[in-house]
Amino acid sequence: MKTLVFIETDSGVAVGSSWEALGKALSLGGEVEALVIGHAVEAVAAEAGARGATKVYRIDDPSRALFDLELYTEDVKAVLAETNADALLASHTGNGRDLAAAVGFDLGVGVIADCLELKAEDGKLVGTRPIYSGNILVDVRVDGRPQIATLRPRAAAPAPVTGATAPIVDVAPAAAKARVQVQAVERAETGEISLTDASIIVSGGRGVAKDPDLGFKLIRELAQVLGAAVGASRAAVDAGFIPYKYQVGQTGKVVRPDLYIACGISGAVQHLAGMGSSKVIVAINKDAEAPIFSVANYGIVGDLFEIVPALTRAAKAKLNR
Amino acid sequence: MRYLICIKQTPDTAELPKVKPEEAASGRLSVQLVVNPWDEHALEGGIRMMETYGGEASAITVGGEDAIERLRSALAMGCKDATLVKDTTADAWGVATLLAAAVRKMGNVTYVITGQMTVDGNSGTLPVALGRALGWPVLTGVARVVSADEKGITVERIVGQARHTVTAPAPAVLAVVKEIGEPRYPTFINIRKAARAEIPVWTPADLGVKVPVPVVHMSDFRKPPAREAKVVLFNGTPDEAAQALLDALLAEKVL
Ligand SMILES: Cc1cc2nc3c(=O)[nH]c(=O)nc-3n(C[C@H](O)[C@H](O)[C@H](O)COP(=O)(O)OP(=O)(O)OC[C@H]3O[C@@H](n4cnc5c(N)ncnc54)[C@H](O)[C@@H]3O)c2cc1C
Ligand SMILES: Nc1ncnc2c1ncn2[C@@H]1O[C@H](COP(=O)(O)O)[C@@H](O)[C@H]1O
Repeated sequence: MKTLVFIETDSGVAVGSSWEALGKALSLGGEVEALVIGHAVEAVAAEAGARGATKVYRIDDPSRALFDLELYTEDVKAVLAETNADALLASHTGNGRDLAAAVGFDLGVGVIADCLELKAEDGKLVGTRPIYSGNILVDVRVDGRPQIATLRPRAAAPAPVTGATAPIVDVAPAAAKARVQVQAVERAETGEISLTDASIIVSGGRGVAKDPDLGFKLIRELAQVLGAAVGASRAAVDAGFIPYKYQVGQTGKVVRPDLYIACGISGAVQHLAGMGSSKVIVAINKDAEAPIFSVANYGIVGDLFEIVPALTRAAKAKLNR
Repeated sequence: MRYLICIKQTPDTAELPKVKPEEAASGRLSVQLVVNPWDEHALEGGIRMMETYGGEASAITVGGEDAIERLRSALAMGCKDATLVKDTTADAWGVATLLAAAVRKMGNVTYVITGQMTVDGNSGTLPVALGRALGWPVLTGVARVVSADEKGITVERIVGQARHTVTAPAPAVLAVVKEIGEPRYPTFINIRKAARAEIPVWTPADLGVKVPVPVVHMSDFRKPPAREAKVVLFNGTPDEAAQALLDALLAEKVL
């Protein structure tokens, strides 16, 4: 089986979870090639080789600096035709999801979206994915060739850098004209860890209400010391304590960290839909009866305004930060 | 301008944990069904566009007869009309094909508005497939509409951790997120209108299409392994409890 892995880039840098898709592709066995699209992506193309792709297709053009669904879809279809891969794999980021859907629909093949597991069986893919918001697991197979799947961020280990090199094949961008024009880009603050890629998340809920600014300041300080991303419950977002992009849950982001620290969050099912598959869950809540304690591995019953700073102090001392 | 809002009937989120694997496999659910929560935001977004830029907001769903109740909810929120495309056999690409045929039959749709994903299927691939089927540009992650008319639209999109302001020519497909607006409550007048409204039912044959043969096959529906969580609580002063928790997390190797 030959698999083509889409390596997403942003400002000439690879989107981290793309390397997880590459790692998963390598674990399927067979030949693995990479497709890097972007602008000034020489280093990313070289890295794809160093991480195990045996051939790297590169489309490097100013018109590709930002992801454009229509242009990228034409690019991917052209490279698929050239390499004749049996499968296409991407990370299930917003862009990866959109690209897989467009290529799949155009080619009339199904997409196994948002997999946690993926294996190859007689040249076909079998994906395991959650449906009903994490409440049911199912195996998914699709008809058609190439087989297409997207992998949930943090569901696989990134392909390790081995120092190998691979031939880089430059491909001309497909001759399509962009219809969507980007007028302005507002980036996250530098150093801000993305929730979906985070291995540690510290989240705040309505429990910060008596002083929300202080509450989230304390949560950010703990996150900083732990190298964690900051998250929030919908109640905290709806109350205006923190912007929507931090919302974890049913109508926010689905996350999968190694460690999720819920501070002043009751643990409603809609919150669990977003973080229930975290490896270790810690609850800090003043109500010992809060439902979050029934899914948590560790907990402290107490006031987050006292516990969170104590944790920050302890972490600073223990982790030497 | 006409804004066509795509909605799906999905389980009440509070009841999602009660869905049994065999129910998910057969599609015959015993839980309470409501409008997919992301689609309530799509309804709010589309109705606000109608109020701001003029024209009319319409709702549509592909589903069984029972989904008509969800279309009544859309009318109660303020949509001017609603249409059921009756089919329960299509997969994602099939639903996209049916919706595209309905859009063509309507002929006057300027913007199609969808939610970001369904809380049952969770794929989020339909808006893009629909855009491809129509040959229209697709904007996902739409958090705010800056301006819109018959010629084109400017929106703010959430793209990863960034926010992009983009323009696209009309007609276009927009998949919105919660930030687009909190769903309004139905008014008494609209509830009364909705209860009496005639809701047209279109079959695939009415649309002149055959339902595409499904290309996605699901098997072995099961519950995910239960969390073996028996919570360990740490007591003492805040500093003592924090110390003990940190030691436990270091031992778990998650720090
Ligand atoms: C369709 C739908 C979609 C939804 N989507 C989401 C979603 O995406 N994400 C989400 O999170 N929710 C979502 N919800 C909302 C969800 O049902 C809950 O209302 C929400 O998660 C509650 O947030 P919370 O835990 O912060 O607040 P609460 O439930 O009010 O809990 C606050 C907790 O803080 C504790 N507390 C208070 N003061 C302190 C203190 N000083 N120190 C320590 N603890 C304290 C309290 O004991 C309590 O347990 C959704 C709901 C619906 C219906
Ligand atoms: N059967 C359907 N009828 C109408 N719209 C749908 C249907 N299924 C999905 N959608 C729309 O597509 C969005 C994304 O759904 P999905 O890709 O299935 O997760 C939803 O939020 C709806 O707006």
